[in-house]
Amino acid sequence: MDKYITTPITAETTKGLRAGDYVYITGTFYVARDAAHKRLIEALEKEEREFYARLPKRDKNNGNLAQPEEEALKKKLREALPFPVIDSAVYYMGPSPAREGRPIGSAGPTTASRMDKYAPRLLDLGQKAMIGKGKRTREVIDSIIRNQAMYFAAVGGAGALLSKCIKSSELVCYEDLGAEAVLKLEVEDFPVIVVIDSNGNNLYETAIKEYAEII
Amino acid sequence: MIRTISVEEITNNIKEMCIEANHYLSKDMEESLKKAAGQETSALGRKILNQLQENLQTAGEEMIPICQDTGMAVVFVEIGQEVHVEGGLLEDAIHEGVRLGYSEGFLRKSVVRDPLIRENTKDNTPAVIHYEIAAGDKVKLTLAPKGFGSENMSCVFMLKPSDGIEGVKHAILTAVKDAGPNACPPMVVGVGIGGTFEKCALLAKKALTRPVNESSPIPYVKEMEEELLEKINMLGIGPGGLGGRVTALAVNINTYPTHIAGLPVAVNICCHVNRHAAREL
Ligand code: SF4
Repeated sequence: MDKYITTPITAETTKGLRAGDYVYITGTFYVARDAAHKRLIEALEKEEREFYARLPKRDKNNGNLAQPEEEALKKKLREALPFPVIDSAVYYMGPSPAREGRPIGSAGPTTASRMDKYAPRLLDLGQKAMIGKGKRTREVIDSIIRNQAMYFAAVGGAGALLSKCIKSSELVCYEDLGAEAVLKLEVEDFPVIVVIDSNGNNLYETAIKEYAEII
Repeated sequence: MIRTISVEEITNNIKEMCIEANHYLSKDMEESLKKAAGQETSALGRKILNQLQENLQTAGEEMIPICQDTGMAVVFVEIGQEVHVEGGLLEDAIHEGVRLGYSEGFLRKSVVRDPLIRENTKDNTPAVIHYEIAAGDKVKLTLAPKGFGSENMSCVFMLKPSDGIEGVKHAILTAVKDAGPNACPPMVVGVGIGGTFEKCALLAKKALTRPVNESSPIPYVKEMEEELLEKINMLGIGPGGLGGRVTALAVNINTYPTHIAGLPVAVNICCHVNRHAAREL
């Protein structure tokens, strides 16, 4: 079924979508791939180390914080990220350079599995949507369920077409990473398919089973 | 008679080929994708295949690369032994062509100087170059930008001779199944059988440059290509890996003599953006 949604993507939004839905998204995407994710996670780890260092007489290996401290830590971690993470949509993508007068070059999804190591941390901090292509690990799926998040696929190898849905692009940080810098995009009716919904249904598995004549 | 070719001519051609390959698919690939839309049984699959058609059109008309991963440039050079290259090194001329093509063509720079230190070279060099010395006085250049979504799903199997043809088919099907949605299906499957560890990988890579509507000249290999294509298209992976019939557009197999003790098989997976440009100078 075709659906239209806008960012921010809330738990309310993901509740209304199921694996297999064809969705057009309008709003803001933050763009990050492997190298950017590595830096985001390093920033979080640094913040976390400093937070624990400031705590009085605490067993540093014991992560069981009391509720107010836990919330204080989360707040600090969110502030350490270069974009507002709560209810955000992150697009796994590294564009080709824009020609003059255009916001961006070719801009299709990259393989999401390379972000599997990093994604649960960001989902736990409030990121709601991931847009990429390809399989995800069990850890990511569990994190999707836990956080009422969602994994969308965009069509891989349709970067010229998808670029037409991107209205503007602006650098957020890590310019030195070139094609891997973090960007903020404004998108309009960007077409995606729900692959893993907030209940953990996985279209990659169910659809293949539906069409397989041999295994 | 020795024929002279200047390095400028090589550089210019490589540059143009980088831009051409990243904006237009070859006729055979284009037709095969068109045909696929008619064969797809899943409605979502058809929708995706139609988007891919539209994507190709937009790419060509507006000069936006077909895919943002404009690849690492793989160059096959067949150089006639009566050719003399003038004005510098052939190797440098090729890298320079790639550098110019990727900068002037607004293509993405996706190459890092060291596999572990990972600093981007910012001009997509170096290319990966394979040379062959041929008879005659011509230079044949084939440039294939290779995206890594599908490259990462490729593999080499060192099978035993007793695994036989069934073992080979099983290995190929396993590689395709594992690749699934990650390789941006519908894919083109390049296979190398025989040779040594590195030779079979090269055979597989080269198989991807063969037109998808051309079969192996060896009858039993042609049969195997057809059978495997049919089997792959029964796996259910479909366009985008979201279910359907069209999982692969072609299986191209190249073979080579091998050792009495071995049966190497390489499977080089390519996505539907199976890019290559070829020129003879
Ligand atoms: S696998 Fe091919 S189509 Fe997919 S992102 Fe990479 S280059 Fe593009």
